Amino acid sequence: MMRALVLLGALALALPGCGEGDGGPQQHGANPDLPQPQRGLLPSMTIPRPAGWGDARPVVPQGYKIEAIATDMRIPRQTLVLPNGDILVAEGTGGSAPPLRPKDIIAGYIKSLGKSDVKGGNRLTLLRDADGDGTYETKVTFADNLNAPYGLALVDGAIYVANQDALVRFDYRDGQAEASGPPTTLTALPSAINHHWTKAMTASADGRFLYVGIGSNSNITERGMEAEVDRAMVWQIDVKTGAHKPYASGLRNPTALAIQPGSGQLWAVVNERDEIGPNLVPDYLTSVQEGGFYGWPYSYWGQNVDPRAQPQDPEQVAAAIRPDYALGSHVAALGVAFSQPEMGPEFADGVFVGEHGSWNRNEPVGYKVIFVPFRDGKPAGDPIDFATGFLNEDGDARGRPVGVTVDPRGALIVADDLSNTIWRVTVE
Amino acid sequence: MPRDRLKTGGDAVAAISDPGFVRPVLLRPIHPLHAILLAFPLPLFLGALLSDLAYWSSFHIQWANFASWLIAGGLLVGGFALLWSLVDLFRLGPARRGRPIVYFVLLLLMWVIGFVNALVHAKDAWATMPEGLVLSAIVTLLALLASWIGYSGFRRGEVA
Repeated sequence: MMRALVLLGALALALPGCGEGDGGPQQHGANPDLPQPQRGLLPSMTIPRPAGWGDARPVVPQGYKIEAIATDMRIPRQTLVLPNGDILVAEGTGGSAPPLRPKDIIAGYIKSLGKSDVKGGNRLTLLRDADGDGTYETKVTFADNLNAPYGLALVDGAIYVANQDALVRFDYRDGQAEASGPPTTLTALPSAINHHWTKAMTASADGRFLYVGIGSNSNITERGMEAEVDRAMVWQIDVKTGAHKPYASGLRNPTALAIQPGSGQLWAVVNERDEIGPNLVPDYLTSVQEGGFYGWPYSYWGQNVDPRAQPQDPEQVAAAIRPDYALGSHVAALGVAFSQPEMGPEFADGVFVGEHGSWNRNEPVGYKVIFVPFRDGKPAGDPIDFATGFLNEDGDARGRPVGVTVDPRGALIVADDLSNTIWRVTVE
Repeated sequence: MPRDRLKTGGDAVAAISDPGFVRPVLLRPIHPLHAILLAFPLPLFLGALLSDLAYWSSFHIQWANFASWLIAGGLLVGGFALLWSLVDLFRLGPARRGRPIVYFVLLLLMWVIGFVNALVHAKDAWATMPEGLVLSAIVTLLALLASWIGYSGFRRGEVA
């Protein structure tokens, strides 16, 4: 098979990736190794090209099996398991960030080579396995004409959907397969430019609040500081009134949120900044402290100043919180879900993380689902691969994981937005 | 009588205005289309330099965006001027290549350093500084020198 990699880094001018090696520094856990920032004239780029699954399947641990429960989706991102076992899938593609520089046009084209060319569905699809045999025989559109839906939550008989520009609500009765009408808008969400358009969402344990992740409007303020008002933060939104307040800030792109069972603590996976080297900056998993500031854009991993963000703010840098757990640079974590004992003893306590995979690195990383074990409510130990094989032996991408959701009946649902598949991993 | 510039056919004739001593040097201006192409790099690269200075002093990102596009424009049109000067070199006999070679080399340096400058300006936000500012100044100076020589004209037969 043709080796279909775009290796811009091979250009003579692109010195950055030389000798970067596969291993790289140790970047998992609370104290990742952080090398010095570096950037040649061109950023390192390797875009694994779409290859399709064919007869191949993602590789899961022994004692588990994986099946495609829905194919031919239209860019599935996040999923929600409803009380009766139905699965809602948010499908769509957002973002309308205009190119500001020649670079934006060229980089946009190169990154598009690693994505599906299917048009985003802008809809919610419902999957149903009525007889519980593991085959989801029903696939119907629950609602359409949405605007790049992403975050999903069920609270007190209503389904909340975070579109890229607004938080909307559908009334829901158990067993319903189609929405009874168009949604009502609870509140608008920041959507100007929408460089990072995904609006991750989860509901507090008591159902009073929704938390919505709003990504930054740039990599590192290259669209101007003015574009970053109400960006790179998590909003807390009152379910009853729609009133919001910033809950935490400095989170560059909080792409998935989850509430920890028991403690009710909010956790997030966050995608960190690019273009300062293959091993900077680690994406991370962290508990989100109310009122906390996590560094972006002024600094990363605590007090490591990023001089690209000007003017700097030393007071903010001093206040920046170090995240709890590094996942590795450029892995692009886009999904997080707390596990349950039904997932089997080895994977009972911890979180699953869907890693969409890198572009800003010669040696691709991510492109898998990992499990971060917890002990006493905190991450403990190295991550364990849970679903791999998303890159084939030629370095092309069969799929790219996004959202992960634990089905309380003992299954992990994985949305794959490259092969447009919903995967279901179960204990055998 | 206009003594120091005479029109002879399409050629300009420059003369030293020393009474009693006239040594005519035939300076043919560059082709009008070549002149139009050469008219772009200096103002565009100068505009990029001024934009960089504005970004340097204001942190306002739009100036960095302006600089990126101005550099791209200077490279695009300047590239055609460079190509023209290269073709001209091959059309000349070796004896007449002196100043045209200087002209070509200046344009070439301007373009190559200008391209590096474009890549530097493709970095995000303040990562363009200070290298982008320094390179913009160098490229502007090279564009000035190339324009000066180009517009001074070349001896008859040097450049069509």
